[in-house]
Amino acid sequence: MGTLGFRAGDPVMVRATEVGHHHRTPWFVKGKQGKVRLVHGEFFNPESRAHGGDGLPKRRLCQVEFQQRDIWGALYRGSANDVLLVDLFEHWLERP
Amino acid sequence: MSDEHPPLIHAERSRRATRILAIRQLLVEKGVVTTDELDDIIVRARARTPADGAKVVARAWLDEAFRERLLTDARAAVGDLGYPLSHDAELAVVENTADVHHLVVCTLCSCYPSSLLGPPPDWYKSFAYRQRAVIEPRAVLREFGLELADDVRLRVVDSTADIRYLVLPRRPAGTEDLGEDALAELVTRDSMIGVAEARSRDRV
Repeated sequence: MGTLGFRAGDPVMVRATEVGHHHRTPWFVKGKQGKVRLVHGEFFNPESRAHGGDGLPKRRLCQVEFQQRDIWGALYRGSANDVLLVDLFEHWLERP
Repeated sequence: MSDEHPPLIHAERSRRATRILAIRQLLVEKGVVTTDELDDIIVRARARTPADGAKVVARAWLDEAFRERLLTDARAAVGDLGYPLSHDAELAVVENTADVHHLVVCTLCSCYPSSLLGPPPDWYKSFAYRQRAVIEPRAVLREFGLELADDVRLRVVDSTADIRYLVLPRRPAGTEDLGEDALAELVTRDSMIGVAEARSRDRV
């Protein structure tokens, strides 16, 4: 962890893990593939801080772009160009 | 009847309010936060209104160098304008153009650029908005009165973590002669969330 070094443009898959603790990865992107649009920098890990931890080590936060159609399939009624940007911590991402 | 007191306003607290007060009391008792710190946070959030964000937008419309800085280093740019951000969240500004429209939501809670806009509107915190903004954003926009052309890419931004997003709306046509204050009048709160465009000058 922390050494994955995702960069803008990298394709990524969001881990489809269910965890019992507080985390900031929305259910609808789990298991979905997207693309890193930018890396915001390093931030305290909310999964530690929410449970009394110090949030360290900090984790890189990536803005990941998903095609809406890839997330919702035929349920999505908008344009095929529409996208969803979600900020995700790197330890939720893997290389597809 | 006339000499009776009016009924005391003494509505029962909702379950949610009761829970919030209980959590607040526990946080204070356990020394996580003091009541002074909580009051300070509330005072600071309420000190900001969408008029502050509107000034930032108007400046970006007029000043190309400021606009570029705002898009690449929002914290520094708004700091220069006299809006120091707190250190618990970063700010990013996303720009609407003829081809791309941004809509901001926080599906997990209600993250919002309060340091520029003040407290969020109630609908922003509603389950309906938080769910529908990601799955049927164009329908949501339509309900706010914004019909987006099919060839405009809609980029929904879910602020799930430490970044708060502010939309830089498009400058309305026919406003070349307006100064900063007049332009700021056109910038609504909703246009900085992305559920609307900035007002045209004949609708102020």
